[in-house]
Amino acid sequence: MSLQHVTTTVNGDATEFLCDAAETLLDALRDRLGLTGSKEGCASGDCGACSVMLDGRLVCSCLVLAAEADGREVETIEGMAGTGELHPLQTKFLELGALQCGICTPGFLVAAKALLDENPDPDETEVRYWLAGNLCRCTGYDKIIRAVLETAADLREE
Amino acid sequence: MELEFTTRTTFDKVGTRPPRPDGTDKVTGRALYGADLAGADMLVGKVLRSPHAHARILAIDTSRAEALTGVKAVVTRDDFPHIGPEGTVKGEVEESVWDVARNVMARDKALYEGHAVAAVAATSTAVARQALKLIDITWQVLPHVTDVDEAMRSDAPLVHEDMITAGMDPVPEEPSNIAEYRKVEMGDIEAGFAAADVIAEQSFRTEAAHQGYIEPHACVASASEDGLAELWCCTQGHFSVRDMCANILGMDLASLRVTSSEIGGGFGGKTTVFLEPVALLLSRKSGRPVKMTMSRDEVFRASGPTSSTSITARIGATRDGRITACDATLRYQGGAFPGSPVGIGAVCGMAPYDCPNVVLHCYDVVVNRPKAAAYRAPGAPMAAFAIESLLDDIARKLDIDPVELRLKNAVKEGSSSVYGPTFGPIGFEECLETARDHPSLEAVPGPNQARGIAAGFWPNFGGQTSVTVNVNTDGTVLVSLGTPDIGGSRASMCLMAAEELQIPYERVKAIIADTSALGHNDTTGGSRVTHSAGLATIEASRKVIDIMKRRAAATWDIDVDAVVWDQGCVRPSGANAGDHEPLTFDAIAAMASATGGPIAGHAEINAEGAGASFAVHVCDLEVDPETGRVTILRYLAVQDAGKAIHPDYVEGQYQGGVTQGIGWALNEEYIYGSDGVLQNPGFLDYRIPVASDLPMIDTVIVEVPNPGHPYGVRGVGETPIVPPLAAVANAVSRAIGRRMTETPMSPPRILAAIDGTS
Repeated sequence: MSLQHVTTTVNGDATEFLCDAAETLLDALRDRLGLTGSKEGCASGDCGACSVMLDGRLVCSCLVLAAEADGREVETIEGMAGTGELHPLQTKFLELGALQCGICTPGFLVAAKALLDENPDPDETEVRYWLAGNLCRCTGYDKIIRAVLETAADLREE
Repeated sequence: MELEFTTRTTFDKVGTRPPRPDGTDKVTGRALYGADLAGADMLVGKVLRSPHAHARILAIDTSRAEALTGVKAVVTRDDFPHIGPEGTVKGEVEESVWDVARNVMARDKALYEGHAVAAVAATSTAVARQALKLIDITWQVLPHVTDVDEAMRSDAPLVHEDMITAGMDPVPEEPSNIAEYRKVEMGDIEAGFAAADVIAEQSFRTEAAHQGYIEPHACVASASEDGLAELWCCTQGHFSVRDMCANILGMDLASLRVTSSEIGGGFGGKTTVFLEPVALLLSRKSGRPVKMTMSRDEVFRASGPTSSTSITARIGATRDGRITACDATLRYQGGAFPGSPVGIGAVCGMAPYDCPNVVLHCYDVVVNRPKAAAYRAPGAPMAAFAIESLLDDIARKLDIDPVELRLKNAVKEGSSSVYGPTFGPIGFEECLETARDHPSLEAVPGPNQARGIAAGFWPNFGGQTSVTVNVNTDGTVLVSLGTPDIGGSRASMCLMAAEELQIPYERVKAIIADTSALGHNDTTGGSRVTHSAGLATIEASRKVIDIMKRRAAATWDIDVDAVVWDQGCVRPSGANAGDHEPLTFDAIAAMASATGGPIAGHAEINAEGAGASFAVHVCDLEVDPETGRVTILRYLAVQDAGKAIHPDYVEGQYQGGVTQGIGWALNEEYIYGSDGVLQNPGFLDYRIPVASDLPMIDTVIVEVPNPGHPYGVRGVGETPIVPPLAAVANAVSRAIGRRMTETPMSPPRILAAIDGTS
């Protein structure tokens, strides 16, 4: 089976890779590009640990074919922090202890950033429903929800 | 244990909430978990699993798979060395090596759907998958049993044809699926019930739940031609992984080096091996590194969920609410092998209460399901479901407030426990009083709403622990631990080292060292790490202080008895000590080379003194009488932590355990078809709680210091999952006016209870 050539942009950098036609974007990010911050928890779109942005839209990268990234822009957890500086959501997660094992954290951060980009003033219910596609088994979500709400409040004051 | 101490009550650093040392790596995606390691020349390993719940394997033909281009190795039962049934190896608990070995790879029979029967290593995932389809197995399908009560019947299909029940007198002549019977007894049960004015009795059932860690099992194995091997894997105990793999494969311990990756959740489920010995064999056979990862489907079918149970229990009490007697029969299936947590579960159910007359009949049962693994307070939530439900019934019969009923019977310091020891200082009464007085109880439940209360207990463990504290010449400190950090323990160890050494938290870092770098460490589990590794970290830090005192004294040419450790400095003390400027921690660290070489403290201990843990939960919920759907309105978890080293992660344990318990109570279950095949092996159909299912989880950390730890620590991880099944059940039962006796309390079950058809 011949490989497909994909030309894309990942975290702002022009990127090329070869992949199988049946390969997911998640596998290509992890295995071809070494970007292992996106995690596979289910490979069926249920857990959200592989959340990335594709042309500005929040997707589960396990449900996107790698070849579909051709000509499009991909943003992953690895691109979230600025140079030498964490995104306010990342800082707040650390400050509030909003992670335990940390395996779901990249997906939550990508999804939460997508929420705040779209809605800078969500209420608790909106945050809970927006993040209902991201599974966390450690925290009971309490500190995650608080971290997102507090970050939103901080960003509105800036 | 050499360490002498009196328990401290004032702290500079312990009890604060600084960022964890591994935090930035985890919010940026840098942290490497089990599946995140890649190496040159690495192969992909995949497992062929039984489609049958119970079947004899008559023949395995791997020739077509081996002939496929890109396949580099195939392993089956024939590649594993023969081992006898005698040996044991310790994961969370002591296990039979032979059972673990044949769970890893089926031998004469596949014992459950998903049981591994062969594995391949190939140049790509696609080739590996294709190769699995080319392995030909000749099956003789056998009758199966997946239900615990059915498995105990005399006409049930036998999972193991030669299994004679242990612990029975007389010894049974016929084999059965009952692996072991154990009776726990104290007092005079007949007299106890004779003294009772009210008796509550009920049968309960709980379905199996999975730990549901988001990270599937994963490992990379690399075996070399000289017999040495390295293994990278996500585990709660890499020393146990080493012991298990070495035992299963006939290796010596020094030849296998295991590195624990970051671990994406475990909750007890990552205390044994599944892929690891297979990956080592594939690597040995192919001569190349092999990476194996489970799919989510495999995690559900073939890792270790908890037991399903069937419990019948009876509790008697006097008119004024004193519990006089409890007898219970508990039947837990442990999957296809002995070892369900029925014994410890049974005693945890009654441990919070001072009841003089108790009889517990415990049955460990095998069925055609995956081998059960530990799941957070193994066995306790199910027993507590039964006991705490009956206590609620007694409270209603006697018209006593459920918290007051528990206060009347609560164990306290000096009470004898049903599992043996006499309790030292414990915080159960404090938890009950704190819950009773909490402002969230002022809310008055509305129509179709109700409040449920339940308590929980876990004894906690100590165990073997080895820690090294290295002082660098710039005064920074590195703590090497051998207990995988599953929820922030590195931060807690740094806090304890910083507290003891009286240096800033930021100057201390901690790592999880591999099996070649430290003495043996028992597995992270049983809520033992903050206690045991904390003890070892403190002891190792005190050795550092001793060395620093000696170095300073030698520098001043005075006796070591003439110096004291004070505020992170060594000072001269006493009449003849002389007038010397104090030497700071940093100054002594910088002089290390000139004063005798590196400064390091280490501790190798078998920790004792784990303090018992109690919790009280209050759940307010609403039942939709039309659909049977439950909405959790408020939830309060009160628990004694002894001393919360890093309160964020203590609260996180409470909130996480509550949420897992709510999922178990309301949604989660293993659903088997009549063919013995698991019908819901994915997160869509095995539905764990999501953010929109829950309110904020209120927590209160009670602190009754544990005298077995210099800072008073009690383990906190297990207990939070013990009360929720009963707390939710008691609330639902009060809301609908019918006793709920089965988990999960899914909408159909609740509707059936409302209709009186359950």
